[in-house]
This record gives sequence, structure tokens and C-alpha cells, in this order.
Amino acid sequence: MSILLDSSTRVIVQGITGREGLYHTRNMKTAGTNIVGGVTPGKGGTTAEGVPVFDTVAEAKAATDAEASCIFVPPAGAADAIMEAASASISLIVCITEGIPVIDMTRAMIVVREHGARLIGPNCPGMCTPGHGKIGIIPYQIFKPGPVGFISRSGTLTYEVVALLTEAGIGQSTCIGIGGDPIIGSTFADYLELFESDPDTKAVVMCGEIGGSDEEDAAEFIKTMSKPVVAFISGRTAPPGKRMGHAGAIISGNTGTAQGKVAALQAANVPVADTIFEIPDLVKKALSAL
Amino acid sequence: MKIHEYQAKDILAHYGVPIQPGRVAYTPDEAEAIARELGGPVVIKAQVYVGGRGKAGGIQFGDTPEQARAAASKVLGMDIKGLTVEKVLVVSKINIQEEYYLGIILDRKSQAPIVMVSKEGGIDIEEVAAKTPEKIIKQPIDMRWGLRPFEARDILARARLPHQVIGKGGSILTALARAFIESDASLAEINPLVLTSEGQVQAADAKILIDDNGLFRQKEYASWAESEESNPLEYEARQEGLTYVKLDGNVGIIGNGAGLVMTTLDMVARVGGKPANFLDIGGGAKAEVMYKALSFVARDPQVKGILVNIFGGITRGEEVAKGVIMAQAELPEGMPIVVRLSGTGAEEGKALLKDAGLDWGKDMREAAQKIVAAVG
Repeated sequence: MSILLDSSTRVIVQGITGREGLYHTRNMKTAGTNIVGGVTPGKGGTTAEGVPVFDTVAEAKAATDAEASCIFVPPAGAADAIMEAASASISLIVCITEGIPVIDMTRAMIVVREHGARLIGPNCPGMCTPGHGKIGIIPYQIFKPGPVGFISRSGTLTYEVVALLTEAGIGQSTCIGIGGDPIIGSTFADYLELFESDPDTKAVVMCGEIGGSDEEDAAEFIKTMSKPVVAFISGRTAPPGKRMGHAGAIISGNTGTAQGKVAALQAANVPVADTIFEIPDLVKKALSAL
Repeated sequence: MKIHEYQAKDILAHYGVPIQPGRVAYTPDEAEAIARELGGPVVIKAQVYVGGRGKAGGIQFGDTPEQARAAASKVLGMDIKGLTVEKVLVVSKINIQEEYYLGIILDRKSQAPIVMVSKEGGIDIEEVAAKTPEKIIKQPIDMRWGLRPFEARDILARARLPHQVIGKGGSILTALARAFIESDASLAEINPLVLTSEGQVQAADAKILIDDNGLFRQKEYASWAESEESNPLEYEARQEGLTYVKLDGNVGIIGNGAGLVMTTLDMVARVGGKPANFLDIGGGAKAEVMYKALSFVARDPQVKGILVNIFGGITRGEEVAKGVIMAQAELPEGMPIVVRLSGTGAEEGKALLKDAGLDWGKDMREAAQKIVAAVG
């Protein structure tokens, strides 16, 4: 087993009939994901990519007993889609949408917490378990099954580093992009905890970036872990006060700097790669020391 | 998005926050006319997108309309931290007895807006926050309710504001919270909130930042966007839908995905170069977007060479290559370009680049080394 997703997990797609929704539903099915239905208000009763479409998540849940949902709804309606999924007792919600107003997320998170759901994202590439399937837009072909858990705040950087690992013969257990927004459903520490108790994960790679204090919180948790973690922090050259693409990637005053994050991780005995090219060797070293 | 003090005050006034009467002037003539209209002494305040105006001389006083005119001509055209003052706010002068701080920011940890109140407001609030954080009372807003008036009064009382301020101040803090939530703000501050000698409670200065993600439904505020003179390229990039940040170096950088672009900047710095900018073309970009991005980066006169780093997923390598080739013809003669492509369509893209005589790197590091060597 890996964490959160395997080939039996029943997944629905919210916004399945949109261009992105259709394209990525096809890719997810190709990757082996067990897509059991989709939701687009007004398109209930039709089918898309071979699965039934429902008007509401509640109907989809009743008909398919879905456990997870992947959201491709545009920004104006995405927080509502998250709340709809949580209210319908979907336990794993992956929101790909970029550009959700932050105020909407503050309301959505109340509902997510009340229902005890797990939200990945928003503004994230999703997740995958190599050999089982994926939820989201991650290019599945660059992965290979193996012992390394992978967490990151970014999409293409994840692909870049995963490709390096795969090239070096290091496979992955589960990969999660937690998202680049200031308010996200779950943090590095949440997944470190899951990887720590997953028997198939032997080591974890964490790719953080400037902004917020998720990496510092993760460093605190890592002190309690038995499994090795290798880290990389991007944005070392970013100036303070500038938003570097991701809404959450901004240094405010003295908080959120790359230097602060590197120092916190090193204090937790985490090797921090200077460039991504050192990550595979650091992982090999960590694995061989086990 | 940043907005000016007078715009922030317009928003707050709409929610019932008392402010000094006044208007914006673009010329000394207008300032004089406004002062005459208001009657009595006025304050002339530079309207620029930076803090520290007072210390820079951007706040002046005038007891008569003539003095207001003289003060305005001093402030208009003044340079404050690289920004030229193009307009001033002219408001009636008030007799300040005490100054407090009211602020609301978005808090990542509590995943909610958080209210901050201090009895010690004014220009040194950062110092209060750093040295005596216990003097700032903080409380997250429960977004099911918004900030309720009794909660607002409770926060003010815990911050030890005087009895006479609790009632009026509570209404003002409640209004500030409503303004924050309904305007899609990421920060809203009244600093200082003043108690005047006459016993009035007013917002003497205000600052609001609007969440860019909320601009699609805040059309009026979106229309307030204006160029920061120190950074015209960033303003234009936003108008063109590009995610661009200007930096100090000479190596232009374009990539797909914020994390990858940041990592590319770091890599260029690591091999001894200086990034000139951050530009993320996002996912699934076509040749036209790549073309636009390259042309845009090359407009920065400091740029001596450009690195394009693309990990193809939904972005296709041949589209990237086509865009680069289209742009190359229009770039300054001899401007070095190094492209690094991997993933979807990388081989097709490389073939196109080779035919066009363009250079590429096998990975991010080699590409960074090549462009840094090329700009010298």
C-alpha cells in the first residue's frame, strides 16, 4: 500500500464535461484510476468518457459510493464545489483550480474541517500512486513504483525532480502536490505523518518554496519521525514582498525566506539539496543508511 | 493589488467608517480650491504605493488655502522611494489626542482573516509588533458569522482602549471587517484610528490590499489598477495576462510553473549569473504565448540574454520552439537565447530549434551555464 489512493479507490470528477475535465478524466482512466462518475450541474443523466454524469455530488455519491473527488471547476465556483464534495461525505477532495478568491477558501475550509474531509490543493497538480493511478493532472508516465514518498508545493518542479529520481532508478510510493495558494487544505506535516506510518514508504522527498511557514512546521514534525527526509527549497533568489507566481510564494518581512526554511530543516537533521540535481544522491544515501 | 489611501478611505466610508472630509488634487490649484471649500487648516498627503510617506516629507500642513497650495506644489512631483507623486489627498486637519491600530490580515495558520488591535498605533506599529507583541491583541474571524459587534468591542476592551472609544471603535472595527470580507481584501488597516480632542473617533489613514484572485468580481476596484512608475513592465505584464516579476540582473528567464521558474532563477544565480526577471507562462501555452513572453522579457533594457526552461506536460515542446523562433527574428541582433525542453514534444521542438540555429541545454543546469557564459 501507499497512501490515500490505490487502484480500487472510487473517484468522481467535478466539472467533468469541461475541456480540462474531459481531457484529464481520459488521462486518469488511462493511468488506471477507478473513475466511477462525474458531476456537472444540468448534465445529469448523460455520460462522459464512459462514466455516468450527475447533477450533484450527493447524487453521484449515492449512486457510486465515491470516496474521492477531483475538482476542475472554474475559480468563481470552485470553493462551492469543495464544500459540495465535503458536505456529500467525500473523504478525499483534490482541487486543481488556480485563482480561487482567498475569502472563498476561508469559508470552504470551515466546511471541510466540519466534515472531517481531506482537501489537497487548491492550485495544485494533484496526486498519484505509481502502479495504481492518479487524481489530477500529473504526467503519470514519468513515475515508477518504489519506496520514496514525494511532497511538493509546485507542479512542474515536481515533474522535474520526479523525472530525475526515476532516471536514477529511484521509484515513488505516492506523490502529492499540496498547492501554491496561501490557504490550502493540507500541509507537508499532514503527509509526512501518513508517510511515516506507510510501510511501503522508506524515505520522503519534500520540495518547498518561499512563503508561509509550512516547511518550518514540517521540520518540527520531522524531528519525531523515524524515516529519513530529503528537502529542497526554491526561491533562494526571490526578493521580499514580491509574489513569485504562486499566490502563496511571497516573503513577508522576515517570514517565509528560503534561508529560514533551510535553517529550520537543517536543525532537524534534514539534508537540504542546493540544486535539484543533488536530490537523487541524497535519497540514495538516505535509503542505503536504513 | 495595491490601492491608494483615498481609495481605501472611500471603501471604508461606504461601510460607515468616519473619515476626515477631503478630496484628491492633481495640481496645486486644485489643492487650494479644496482647502478653501473645507475651510480651516488642512493636511496634504502624497498618494503613492509605498509606506513611510511622512518620514520622506510627503505629508505637509497648510493653515490657509494659500499655504495648502504651497504645500501641494512641494509634494506633487516629489520622489518617494523611486515613485513620483502625481496626486495628493487634501483633508481637514484634526486634533489628535490618541492613536490606535486596527488591522485585518489573512492568516495562513488559522485559515481565516485575523483581527489585530493595539492601543499603540501610529507610524511605529512595526516596532510595537517586533518588540512588544503582547500589546497587539489578535483574534481570527469566524467566517460563518463575520466579525460580530460584541466581538469587536471585546477585542478593543482587551487591547485596553479607553471606555469612550469602545462603542464607536467597535462599530468601526465591525465595518472594517465587513469591508475586508466583501472587498476580497488580503489586508485592511486603519492606522492610526484617532481619538480627537473633541472626542471623535476617526480613521486618519487607511491601507487596503485586494486579493488578485477576487478582482474578477470586484470590477470597480480592478479598474483602479495603475502603473507603478518604478515598475511599468510589471503593470503592462499584468494587463497582458503574464505572470512577470522584474529583478535586478541581466539574464531574462521564462519557464512554465511558478516552482520551476523560481528553481531556474536559483540555478542561474548558482552558476554565477543574475536573473533579470521571473516569467511563468503557465500550463498549455501555445506558440503565440511563448512569442509574447520572449518579446516582453527582451523589452527590459537590462536583459542581455534569455533562458527558456520548459518541462512539457500539457505544454508542448514544438509549440515552445515555434514561439521562440517567431520571437527571435524580432529580438535585438545577437541576443543569445538558450532553450531547455523536456517532456511532451521535446524532440520535435529540439529539431525545430536546430534548424533555426538556436542553442539548447540538455538539462536546467547546462542551459543555465550556457546562457550565463553567453551574456559574459
